[in-house]
Amino acid sequence: MPSPRYWREIPNRYRLEARRCGSCSRVVFPARRICPGCGGSEFETIALSHRGTVVTSTVVHVAPAEFLMEAPYAIAVVETPEGARLMVQVTDCDPAEVEPGTAVDLEFRKIRREGNGGILCYGYKGVPAG
Amino acid sequence: MREVAIVAAGMTRFGELWQSSLRDLFVEAASEALRNAGTDRLDAIYVGNMSGGQFVGQEHLGPLMADHLGMAGVASTRVESACASGGVALRTAVLEVASGMSDLVLAAGVEKMNDGVDVTNVLATAADQETEVYHGITFPGLYAMIARAHMKAYGTTEEDLAAVSVKNHRHGALNPKAQFQTEVTPEQVMQSSMVAEPLRLLHCSPVSDGAAAVLVCSLERAREFTDKPVKIRGSGLATASMALADRPDPAFLDAVSLAASRAYKAAGIGPADVQVAEVHDCFTIAELCAIEALCLTERGAAGEATRAGETALGGRVPINTSGGLKSKGHPVGATGVAQAIEIVEQLRGEAGDRQVEGASLGLCQNMGGSGASSVVHILERV
Repeated sequence: MPSPRYWREIPNRYRLEARRCGSCSRVVFPARRICPGCGGSEFETIALSHRGTVVTSTVVHVAPAEFLMEAPYAIAVVETPEGARLMVQVTDCDPAEVEPGTAVDLEFRKIRREGNGGILCYGYKGVPAG
Repeated sequence: MREVAIVAAGMTRFGELWQSSLRDLFVEAASEALRNAGTDRLDAIYVGNMSGGQFVGQEHLGPLMADHLGMAGVASTRVESACASGGVALRTAVLEVASGMSDLVLAAGVEKMNDGVDVTNVLATAADQETEVYHGITFPGLYAMIARAHMKAYGTTEEDLAAVSVKNHRHGALNPKAQFQTEVTPEQVMQSSMVAEPLRLLHCSPVSDGAAAVLVCSLERAREFTDKPVKIRGSGLATASMALADRPDPAFLDAVSLAASRAYKAAGIGPADVQVAEVHDCFTIAELCAIEALCLTERGAAGEATRAGETALGGRVPINTSGGLKSKGHPVGATGVAQAIEIVEQLRGEAGDRQVEGASLGLCQNMGGSGASSVVHILERV
């Protein structure tokens, strides 16, 4: 990933920054310019709670090249208490235990190593709530 | 708007076609369509293609394909909507003819996937790069999450999913153009290697090369080219949230539902009128969700309907008589046009061993990404 692109995404990748719509209160993650719920464009920046519940999930066995060494791994759509939904890997547990309804904490982790230079890319992963 | 018909079709076999290049595939299918219509003149060409740029390093397919078809000079454009590119190319041709701008337009789809690239990564470009692919999700992974949500909501089982694969392979075994002309058993499906839980290898459509082409003409001139025109009664295109996380219900395909309601309205018919349908079974769960969103079964009832044989040849509403993407193959950009060809053959009574007796009205549904775009066409014998 070219460094300007990675840099642009730091607010959501490092700080779980989301936005709450000033008109309808919907929380969008990552930030958008237009609210998908009401079309509003006035937002307040908020930080998401570092916890949530699995909406749906899978365990990836056939992985993309950059994740080959990690397979099989669990990946899930997680909903935070603010109502934002994000896709994250769920780690530090048996992948088979990650199911709809599973409670997770969100922790800052290394996500991937990219390109020949092996640039480290960070973000959030789920871990069993505790 | 003028009434529009499909007057001719051409299609390569689908499969690992090592001797054919992207342009070879297109020319083979397009030439056959032109030959069947007895014409060498076209007003325009639409080339449905998902990712020539990444699969074989070739963009700018409009002029390339017109040139190799011996038609340099003709208006020709590539159309892209991921795996729905073929269906959207067909829709674009239909709109152009319906508007009166053109009388005879070629709608084709083509993809060359077996030329050595990392197909998983190319297909993933149809998902949200920033919020999904970054975290290591794959295309089978996205549909696996849809499957798990469907299982949780409706009690759909792995046996239900396997039944889709078994049925489509049974149909595909009757299709000489199919990549896999072999039947599979439920046990083989449920013991095949795991790709993304709960989806196994035999829940997934294959990596395929192939092309398909139809000629779209105004209905008033259709008899100049064929005795058996097939009328386009309705066309619907819709979008939904790109990322699965942003969909209100991950077990429901909103874009399919919206595209279908637009197509049904345009055609002036309802789901109960559909006698045969081709739907986008890139994964077995996709067929179940698609037929629910098309209202061909009740919501949550598609698995049971499939196991009861309602969607098999001889059943209440046969689905994917061609073998579907699962068995016929899925050269992504070609799929939407190939679906229309199967329905054309059904409505003309030319589907051989796969024929649905007396079919006069059929539907095809093509889908992009994890369901963020979908296009539906309703076709009728005239």
